[in-house]
This record gives sequence, structure tokens and C-alpha cells, in this order.
Amino acid sequence: MLRRVYIDVLAQFHAGRVRPVSLTLADGRRYVIDRITDVRRAPAKSGGAGLRYTCVILERQVALYFDEWENVWWYDGRK
Amino acid sequence: MRAILHSDLNCFFASVEELYHPELARGPMAVCGDPDQRHGIILAKNEQAKGLGVKTGEAIWQARQKCPDLTLQPAHGYLYVRCSDLVRSIYEEYTDLVEPYGLDECWLDVSANLQPPVRIAEEIRRRVREELGLTVSVGVSYNKVMAKLGSDYKKPDAVTIIKPQDLGTMIWPLPLSALFYCGPRTARKLARINIRTIGELAQCEAGYIQKILGKNGLSLWNFANGVDSSEVRPAGEQEDIKSVGNSTTLPSDLHNREEVKRTFLRLADKVASRLRKAKMVCRGVQIYVRDTELLSIERQSKLYMSTCVTRTLYEQAMQLFDQHYFWQRPIRSLGLRAIDLIEENQDRQLSFLTDFKEEERWREAETAIDKVRERHGNEAVTRDFRYCRGSDNHAVASELYRSKDKTGRLADQHVLPLGFQALNE
Repeated sequence: MLRRVYIDVLAQFHAGRVRPVSLTLADGRRYVIDRITDVRRAPAKSGGAGLRYTCVILERQVALYFDEWENVWWYDGRK
Repeated sequence: MRAILHSDLNCFFASVEELYHPELARGPMAVCGDPDQRHGIILAKNEQAKGLGVKTGEAIWQARQKCPDLTLQPAHGYLYVRCSDLVRSIYEEYTDLVEPYGLDECWLDVSANLQPPVRIAEEIRRRVREELGLTVSVGVSYNKVMAKLGSDYKKPDAVTIIKPQDLGTMIWPLPLSALFYCGPRTARKLARINIRTIGELAQCEAGYIQKILGKNGLSLWNFANGVDSSEVRPAGEQEDIKSVGNSTTLPSDLHNREEVKRTFLRLADKVASRLRKAKMVCRGVQIYVRDTELLSIERQSKLYMSTCVTRTLYEQAMQLFDQHYFWQRPIRSLGLRAIDLIEENQDRQLSFLTDFKEEERWREAETAIDKVRERHGNEAVTRDFRYCRGSDNHAVASELYRSKDKTGRLADQHVLPLGFQALNE
């Protein structure tokens, strides 16, 4: 089972679109998002649905989710 | 020929709960009301619970008898509204003609869309699943009734096409209960004359059915024959409001008239406020009383003068209650409905029997309260019900408004609406 891991995200708002720039984990580690390869609305395996950003960080692919109503960012983490 | 889709979200409330709590999908699960508030009925169930015979609308204890392992999940209304809005925004990418029927169903008229309707239906089904994690069943047909039958035909996550030539093979063998607007009572009535399937209804004489069921019988007969010319209304356009009502099942039973007065006053306040918001006035009041044996009565009466004032609705409701309820048993639920509505600015019948000026002053006062509530929340101004000694002239003397002070506490000073006399306590 997966769980939602909420993270702090620095995002850029431009022309009505939101684009994550970097993320900070709970332990304080900060990662810059190198590339965004896909943006679409999708359900998360950890529950709920939102805008899914498929990001590349240090050559690894990570899916970040954004819930526009609750204004939260998360990724699917292991329990 | 028109191209109409009917899209139905499968096990909607339960699917949304499973989407947000994936662990619930492992076993039978049902969404239910709060048993402590005596709203303990099944609102929706997942496919597994459905397979075990759990039915929507039954009491929790009945569902548990059929399925002891049933997981119960409280309802989250705001999530359902949010998901429903997202699904509708997908529909609206294909047509402006999207008519909702509850939170989970919609008709779409895609006649003007250049894509074939079946392709649109398939695309909607795929997108709802991939983007929102929910499933829909879509019926594709030439009118609303046939499209609705199509979406019910195959579930979940399916597209069913019904063409005029499929009527005899696909639709006529179905039981009457599958037909839109044919409820259990109508089905029972028709079963008495040996009509049990849609086909049997379709093959009867229209006049004969009309004789048995009245003018609704004729519509039903037309539906059974695949005839329905009703249009799909544009997205956002609302149906004319026919009545405005509120009801409540109380956390504990009501045993005396004072408690009933309190409840009716609260209901009248809500109904009158909704009437004013819709810019309507009513010319009649209907009450609904359900006792602890679940026996219910509905009674209605006309008003001398059209109104949207709490006090008038409340007084009429109490009058009806006193005339028709004799306290055989305590009361479990009460309802109040404003009926026979007309627009506020339409010419109104005035009356010599009621004080028109007094009514107008109350309307002004309550409109002002609506504005305060809109700005500061419903709790900003609340009604304070007090029993007036030596008088049974309920509303006029016993109804006060209280306002909150800056700290959020109820102020000691009562705010009295215009035309109101203070009580000497």
C-alpha cells in the first residue's frame, strides 16, 4: 500500500498554469526539478486525484500531485 | 435523428470513498448516514456489497444481517460535489447541452458534435476513468429515455448503444421497473392487470393505460414505445422551481407541542430564506409528519396571501399540525414545504384578512437578516424561541432574534425586527 507524502513545493504561476520548480522533503532536503515530461489529471495510487506532474529529478522520474482545492502537493510514498 | 448520451457514475458515493481511501476497495463497503443522528441508512455500496444483496436505502442493521463484514464509511458530501463538478467539466468539453439529474447522472445532447456519438461516449468513459479514477456507464440513443435505459443496461464502465430497431429485442423484455418514471407503485398497479414488462406496456392500447394511470400513463406508454421528445437543457439552466421544502429527522423523538413549534420555526426560517433567495413567494404550505412507527402524513393548505415570511409559514404549519396530528405516537421527522410558487414581483392577490403592512415589514426585516447571514454566516443571527406565558399566539410574541457580539458570543441584548414588540419577561 502507498500513502500520501505531503511536501513543500516552490511553484511558478504563469499564464494561469502552475509549474513546480523545486520540492523540500520533511527532513529539509531540497531538490530542484530538472524537467517536467507530462502534466495531466490523474488518480493517485495513495488515494484521491489531482493534477499529476511527471517530473525528472536527478535522472529519476517522480510523479507529483497537486490538489487545487486543498492546495496541497504530495507524492505516493511507501507505508 | 438526435444523438443523446446518458452518463451514469457507477456506485458514485462508494467509488469516491474508494478513490480517496483505496484500502476500502478490498472488501464489501457501504456509505451510510450518521446512526447517532438517526440517519443510519445505506446511501451507496460498492460492487462487492451489491453482490451480497446490500441495497441503497435500507437500514444499517438490515445490511449487516446480509453482510456481517460490511465496512461502513461516513458520507463526505463536499467530495461528491467536487468529483461531480469535475466529471461535468469533461462532459462540457463535448457539448453545451448537459443536463444533470442528481450528482451522478447527466444527459448530453451531442447531435451538433462532428464526432460520432459512440466515439464520444467511449472517450468520456476512458477519460473519467483515467483522469478521475471513477467509472461511468454511458447509454447512446436517439432520445433521453432510451439513453437512460442504455446506461442502466450494462454496468459498470460500459457503453451501450440503443437504436430504434433495437427496441423490441433489447428494451421490451426488460421489467417495468427499468423504465424511467415507473416507480414501484405504478409497477404494482400495472402488475395487477398482468403488465410486467416494458413490451407488455407498449403493446397495450394507449387509452386503456391512460384510464388506469391518468395522464402520466400516456407518457409512460410513449416511453415504452421509444417516444420521447423532451430536450436536453443547456448546462447551467435550471428547471422551474415548483416548491421549496426542508425536512429533518430529529436526534431524539418529539413528545410535545413545544418541541414541534421549535422545529417548525427552524424549518420555516430555512424555507422562507430559500424562497427569498429564489425571489419567489408561495401561496400554500405543506407539512410532513412521521411518527416513531414510520407512519407519515402529508397535509397542505392555501394561504390567504402569498408570502416568503417565516412567521406566516410557521403559523400555517402549526395550524395544519394542530388540525391533523393527534399524538398517537411521538414524532420522528418533520418537514415543511412552500408550495404553489410564483415570482416575487408577479401581481399578487392581496387579502383583507391579514395585515399586509405587517407582512411587508417582516419581509424587509428578514431580508436584512439574510444579508447579515450571507456576510457573516448563518449563526450570525439566530432565532430564539421563547414560550410566552399566558398566550398561545405563538410566533408574534414568542419569536425573537439574537445576534452575536464581536467575540462570537450571543449578545444579551435582543435585536428586534421592525414591527416587533418586546416581551415583558
